[in-house]
Amino acid sequence: MSDRNRSFRLSRRQVMRGLLASSAFGLTAKLSTGCAQSPGTGGDAATGDAAAEEIVVGFIYVGPKDDFGYNQAHAEGAAAMVANVPGIRLVEEASVPETTAVVETMRNMIEIDGAKVLFPTSFGYFDPHILTLAAEFPDVQFFHAGGLYQEGVHPNNVGSYFGFIDEAQYVAGVVAGRMSPTGKLGFVAAKPIPQLLRNVNSFTLGAQSVNPAATTQVVFTGDWSVPVKEAEATNSMVDQGVDVITCHVDSPKVVMETAEKRGVYTCGYHANQSSLAPKGYLTGAEWDWATVYTRLGKEFMEGKTLMSGAIPHILRGGLADGFCKLSPYGPAVTPEAKTDGDAAIAGIKSGKVVIYKGPLETNTGTEVLPTGKSLPIDDVELEKMDYLVKGVVGSI
Amino acid sequence: MASMTTWRRSLEAVALPVGAVFVAFVIFGIFCALAGANPLAVYGSIYKAAFGSWSAWQNTLIRAAPLMLTALCTALPARLGLVIIGNEGALVMGGLAAVLTGLALGPSLPGGLVLVAMALASLVAGGLWIMLAGALRHYRGVNETISSLLLNYIAIALMNQLVQGPLRDPAFVSKPSSYEIVETAWLGTLPATRIHWGLIYGLVASALAYILIQRTTFGFAARTAGGNVRAARIAGLPVGKLTLAVCFLAGSCAGLAGMVEMAAVQKRLNESIVSSYGYAGILVAFVARHNPLATVLVSVLLGGILAAGGILQRSHNLPDATVLVFQGIVFLCVLYSDSLYGRLPIFQERSERPGSAVAAS
Repeated sequence: MSDRNRSFRLSRRQVMRGLLASSAFGLTAKLSTGCAQSPGTGGDAATGDAAAEEIVVGFIYVGPKDDFGYNQAHAEGAAAMVANVPGIRLVEEASVPETTAVVETMRNMIEIDGAKVLFPTSFGYFDPHILTLAAEFPDVQFFHAGGLYQEGVHPNNVGSYFGFIDEAQYVAGVVAGRMSPTGKLGFVAAKPIPQLLRNVNSFTLGAQSVNPAATTQVVFTGDWSVPVKEAEATNSMVDQGVDVITCHVDSPKVVMETAEKRGVYTCGYHANQSSLAPKGYLTGAEWDWATVYTRLGKEFMEGKTLMSGAIPHILRGGLADGFCKLSPYGPAVTPEAKTDGDAAIAGIKSGKVVIYKGPLETNTGTEVLPTGKSLPIDDVELEKMDYLVKGVVGSI
Repeated sequence: MASMTTWRRSLEAVALPVGAVFVAFVIFGIFCALAGANPLAVYGSIYKAAFGSWSAWQNTLIRAAPLMLTALCTALPARLGLVIIGNEGALVMGGLAAVLTGLALGPSLPGGLVLVAMALASLVAGGLWIMLAGALRHYRGVNETISSLLLNYIAIALMNQLVQGPLRDPAFVSKPSSYEIVETAWLGTLPATRIHWGLIYGLVASALAYILIQRTTFGFAARTAGGNVRAARIAGLPVGKLTLAVCFLAGSCAGLAGMVEMAAVQKRLNESIVSSYGYAGILVAFVARHNPLATVLVSVLLGGILAAGGILQRSHNLPDATVLVFQGIVFLCVLYSDSLYGRLPIFQERSERPGSAVAAS
């Protein structure tokens, strides 16, 4: 009973427990969930008989909506869909891990909120989670960013969409190549998957189109979100004399801020990061989900659906189709660089500029394309890319 | 007199956590009000989304199932005085062993046998993984908290290495993953629900752990060693063997959670298995004061909180971190209430006992 005398004081053990539990809690919060890689573009869905009826559209993100990256790009697109298409009601859930949690979230959106169209945006939601729910709710449309839909294999109410954002990377490369005094560019990359390699290679080819001697140093961090390694990679590249840095990670925030602090130029990715690097931000390859989602939203309101065949199961496009875009030029960009960048955009949109054309060889000397041969941006060969082009410093 | 004591003690054991959760709700209500939402409506939504209907209950139980198993990974060694936080690593190793077994046996055996083999493999793999931390502790004096935490990273890195290399299914493009385990070896759902069998595994494991710790000589020995290692040694208890055995059992539980996650949810191994079930299990164990039965209740509570996370975003426009704030407040309140045991007069017996009672006793 002597305890009573020191009634409310915490013992050391309790303090330790509290600290341990809080740090474990912090870890829980930090470590949750994985990867939101991959491309995408508008999906859509539809229901009912048009006009008067409200359509509930659910968006699910794997991370926070304000991550300056992949998730923010989708969230901004969703907001644009609601703003531009009357009759759409949006329900959203962020930071949903790729486990049973996303299945429950989709189910709640359908059963409680009455969602008729779902956009689970993370790459890893697709198999098995979306496929499970799609089979169970055949009248709900599921749109997934990533282009994984296979005709005849996957349910009819599943569609996928993605964009050729390497076109935007090419333009960013043009601007970077023009602006870099040394011609040494840097690329902080997550994992060597085809889609990421396309970005590295396009960026490099863009730079080489204005400065044939330009090189890109690439550093793979190994995962989609490892801020410490991303900062280390950025710093070490600046130390080596790289003066323009871009990246392909889930959230480019750390790379942009670190590069800005070190006084080098940056090109963004996923979303507009100019506010993070007001001085050095040149431009960036952004998703243009606003365009794609608005288009799809209108189709939903017209009663078009995947199931009826009015909306294709695979949607893809590049700069010309409004699937991706460039951030507005930053204050540092010179008029010549702007002219070159604008010309590249126009060239890609009109089809005059083809990014992957011969002679093209890898940085280990293997020929990819002979002179005179080229691959259009939607060629499936490009989706299997497993090489780095000449001028990229690094290996897979 | 004795029954009186038990009655007050039991009331204390119930009233303190309930009171703590109540206080947490008040604090969270203030937070919601500051964030611009009506606290009462938020409470209503949380209840509805977590426990308001059978469907909501299923949602809660689905989320609670893996936590019951991973919580035991911290709760059991705690009775021996060890703070093990390697739950995530043991879960990953269990999942890895389960998938390897499932892939190796493939369709050659009936599904049920494959499942048993997968479960055994995960038990052994998870168990050995945590036993490693226990062995380092016992033989080399390495702090088991740190070593088990670091083993998490090793397990995750190993898993990533394998699924990106030798185990990788090239046809599965969404992310580097192993091949899929055969469909006959998938763990189904409980009849008429969407809850997978992992819930039953969790309940059974918790019950067994409770019996083991509270009702057997092994458990008594473990608790004695946890109370005072030196005294336990003098009494002739095999502290080393106890340490290894308890660590093995603890890791087995988390490993089994990994197997369930593979066989019932993901069907193939990839980084989705690293989704913080292990770390959440640490919280559950501490809040449950390392009592295996209480971990079941706390898991359901946490499952409910997680299940309510969505509705806070969808219906009240609160940020996605709100559910973490709520979780944090609840756990801090419950942990603080821990310091009140034996200190509130109302739950104590009167120190001046009536003479008759003294005489009677």
